[in-house]
Amino acid sequence: MKIGIPKDGRFGEFGGKYIPETLAPAIEELEKNYLKIRNDKNFKKELGRLLIDYAGRPTPIYFARNLTKTIGGAKIYLKREDLLHGGAHKINNTLGQALLAKRMGKKRIIAETGAGQHGVATAMACASLGLKAEIYMGYVDTLRQKQNVFRMELLGAKVHAVKSGSKTLKDAINEAMRDWITNVDSTYYLLGSAVGPHPYPLMVRDFQAVIGVEIKKQMKKIPNAVIACVGGGSNAIGTFYPLIDTNAKIIGIEAGGKGVKTKLHSAPLTAGKKGVLHGMMTYLMQDKDGQISETHSISAGLDYPGVGPEHAFLKDENRVEYKAVTDDEVIDAFLILTRTEGIIPALESAHAIAHAIKISKKMKKTESIVVTLSGRGDKDIDIVKEYLAKNVKNKRKI
Amino acid sequence: MSRIKEKFNQLKSKNESALISYIMAGYPSEKITLEAARGLIQGGADIIELGFPFSDPIADGPTIQMASTESLNSGTKIENFFTIVKKIRKESNIPLVLMTYTNILYNQTYLKFISRAKQAGIDGLILPDMAIEESKEYVRAAKKIGMDTIFLVSPNTEKDRLKQIIKSTSGFLYMVAVFGTTGVQTKIHKYTLDALKNTKYAAKGKIPVGIGFGVSTEKDVQKYVSSGADAVIVGSANIKIIENTPTNKVQTRIATFTKKLKNKTR
Repeated sequence: MKIGIPKDGRFGEFGGKYIPETLAPAIEELEKNYLKIRNDKNFKKELGRLLIDYAGRPTPIYFARNLTKTIGGAKIYLKREDLLHGGAHKINNTLGQALLAKRMGKKRIIAETGAGQHGVATAMACASLGLKAEIYMGYVDTLRQKQNVFRMELLGAKVHAVKSGSKTLKDAINEAMRDWITNVDSTYYLLGSAVGPHPYPLMVRDFQAVIGVEIKKQMKKIPNAVIACVGGGSNAIGTFYPLIDTNAKIIGIEAGGKGVKTKLHSAPLTAGKKGVLHGMMTYLMQDKDGQISETHSISAGLDYPGVGPEHAFLKDENRVEYKAVTDDEVIDAFLILTRTEGIIPALESAHAIAHAIKISKKMKKTESIVVTLSGRGDKDIDIVKEYLAKNVKNKRKI
Repeated sequence: MSRIKEKFNQLKSKNESALISYIMAGYPSEKITLEAARGLIQGGADIIELGFPFSDPIADGPTIQMASTESLNSGTKIENFFTIVKKIRKESNIPLVLMTYTNILYNQTYLKFISRAKQAGIDGLILPDMAIEESKEYVRAAKKIGMDTIFLVSPNTEKDRLKQIIKSTSGFLYMVAVFGTTGVQTKIHKYTLDALKNTKYAAKGKIPVGIGFGVSTEKDVQKYVSSGADAVIVGSANIKIIENTPTNKVQTRIATFTKKLKNKTR
């Protein structure tokens, strides 16, 4: 079940490269270069240094004593990716890819972003490596994540607000791909999640696998369960991949929005159907005709109708269990973690926390759960504030 | 023999290139789509390329994106598309080509979708996000049903790859003129003309080569035809006419425009 380099770019039947012909040479060039540097000692050394000195790796594993006590079940550990430079796991991937782009002689970098975390991490990596960055972001997301827009601009990146389609992450990806088609020779497309045509899902997973590798090293024994949130699925695949061949129970949490039985969610693995989007075959939220559905999540970073092909594969192989939690449960988890541990999680990460709370109750006190806290929640405090103002029931909890 | 092949054979004997005209089904409505199609036929278009909208058209520029969104917003479903095709088919024997994205077919399975399309009267398929590496099942299904698979090549497609694509192509080969998405361009690049020459060479006269993306004026048509294109494909320019014309005049304006372009293919 552990696939090193996917044959023909496929994880089982998922993945592939469904791309316009203009991009074919660029994808081929990328694949060739990536497979070359994947085992290049100098590249690994250079990236390793950047991850330590610039990004702040390794990140700690923190035993959430108070949270564990409050819930009263298995020990909950947090993998603190929120402590990384920029405040999220995204920098693991952007440093890797920006370094690759530089080696390929590409000077112009484009990227898409949902919540803005990948955009910020791209802008940081580009500023530090002397590359020019342009970021595509859905117009709706630019409104709900204003602070990140300004952060990117401060870091020297140009931000394009995308007004086509649903004006969120999927449309930002569409627009970034159109830019890439137009400027294919000069431009490197730095994709932020484990999605898109091969070799992106492989590359992003490899760069994020540092999370799971550290978890394995830091925990005295293999945890009984590991949990991470899944949008495109980059922090999750980075967490899961090194643990696939252990006996840990692995759980990915999708954005259940207002409930997976409504149309207002972003949970393609839980409630989607196989299809082709953004260069890959995977589970997608779509209607009867194959039109991609508009999604909903309280967290912009999970608001995406597709999912990385390796997750689709791991679901069908029954190696990873995928569940969804609702916006309400996410807010509860956000509040509990904030109050008990003094840690404000990103709303994306709060999805994973919410599920950990659910299952830890049913587990033994001697057992352990590792939750990847993929990012910090400063960017989300306005959304939480607004939510609490509208939902008096939750407000009483503060 | 497929309708497309027959058309190219006829044109060849007259020493003419084909004018392939694109419109988006359901933009702005089913009724106007039919009138625009009549305009294209009146104006002398050789093949009609009918778009079926997809929510995420990554190969399309702003004009066709807009038409896709409007068409979807007005409620266009697959059923409506096939209805439009059947109605055109009743009135004319013109070859009809469907352009859409892979997921629309994948959703129903290639075999099922293609056989429905064939039944309705579609002769060929264009899927801009169907890469040759992923096309085995799709090509097999199309062959079985007798549907032409029109693949795209780009100015940067390498020689060996070009050969491989030509092998899987039937009807005609669609050469993308520019690095970019669909839409009106202002000039003809030298790299495009070089690529056209190479593509024609690789096609060895076995498969016609059509050129599209940014082809919008009589001058463009003339230049590409004189440079050896077996067909020119005009899309966004038609959408713009439909967008800017009162609905009761769409048919005549489209017919006039098409006639002018068609004259340059002779």
